[in-house]
Amino acid sequence: MSGALKRVAWEHWVGLAGLVLLGIGSYVGLVEAPPERYMGEVGRILYIHVPTAWIALLTLTVAAVAAGMWLWKRRPGWDDVQVGCVEVGIILVAMLLVQGSTWARPTWGVFWTWDPRLTTAAILLLAFIAVLALRAFVDDAYRRATWTAVATLVAAVDVPIVYYSVKWWRTLHQDFSSPETVAGSMTLPLRINAFALLFLATWLVARRARLARLKRGTRVLEPPKRSALVAGE
Amino acid sequence: MTKGGRVGVVAALVVAAGAIVFLAVGGLGKNLVYYWSPTELLDYAKRPEAARDAERAAVVRLGGEVKPGSIVHGDGASDLTFVITDGAAEVKVHSTAVPPQMFREGIGVVVEGRLGPDGVFRSEQLMVKHGNDYRPPKDGEKPDWKPEDGSPVL
Repeated sequence: MSGALKRVAWEHWVGLAGLVLLGIGSYVGLVEAPPERYMGEVGRILYIHVPTAWIALLTLTVAAVAAGMWLWKRRPGWDDVQVGCVEVGIILVAMLLVQGSTWARPTWGVFWTWDPRLTTAAILLLAFIAVLALRAFVDDAYRRATWTAVATLVAAVDVPIVYYSVKWWRTLHQDFSSPETVAGSMTLPLRINAFALLFLATWLVARRARLARLKRGTRVLEPPKRSALVAGE
Repeated sequence: MTKGGRVGVVAALVVAAGAIVFLAVGGLGKNLVYYWSPTELLDYAKRPEAARDAERAAVVRLGGEVKPGSIVHGDGASDLTFVITDGAAEVKVHSTAVPPQMFREGIGVVVEGRLGPDGVFRSEQLMVKHGNDYRPPKDGEKPDWKPEDGSPVL
């Protein structure tokens, strides 16, 4: 590898792989795969909605793990990972709700309904936005990391609730999809896009964590009391 | 970390774990109901509180399967009569909502409205509950598939 390539941060290669996979997965999903029998062309939202849901819940689960690791080990790196996961997780859940609404209107007949899956997903978004809001209020880095970690662990309670909501309660939202319920020609774009979003999320979390680490390393320098360049000295 | 801080963290974890366990195995699962089945709605209609709720014009959701052969189109695209069944009980529904494209015989639906004294459920909102099955069209079917009985899609 040449020197120029070595200077590229590792996460950019993951991000590049994610973008390429997203392109391939979207092509297969939009062109190669058949339309859904009853939903027609609009059923293709499946290929981005389900991967987004998987990776959103995974990212917020990693946020909870990082939060626990901060509380246990107290290494600042865990706070960097936790803030990256929380921020990227919020973006993914927001995307998830928009995709779901777009899909729901033509198939279910409504943009939104307060069924348990949709309600718990909306709570998930608001809970993690609240984590970031709390974080913004704490100046001291050590206490900020601890408060964020505790709030993240509380908000992350909703992650399994969102996942299992379709099992625990009656919902308008469909049950889990599995290889048995998705035709073989439709699972390929689903899987490609799942890896694409996994790589893209990893890329963004790593970038955000790196930014947090660099910020931590910078010291705010006070200006010298007297300029060294005052004439006459 | 201070002793007080550690107690706070442990308390947060205990509350979080407790909340998950409560939701998973607790009574909330039975009390949080997004829609009623036809059996539950008809049982409720026999109880005294049904009359009191009717005075307050309480709206409920009813969910089940559209009984095959029960769809009757009235005037215009949105005037519909059909039967919702859960296999055990049936409720006749009169809907004035424009049905989603996926509305057809045998599919799951959730309607919002009230059960009238004549036993007909009057609804102004009709939602289609899609299963988790995703299949390509069968041989010869066009992607813009229409019901075999020729009933209008919308």
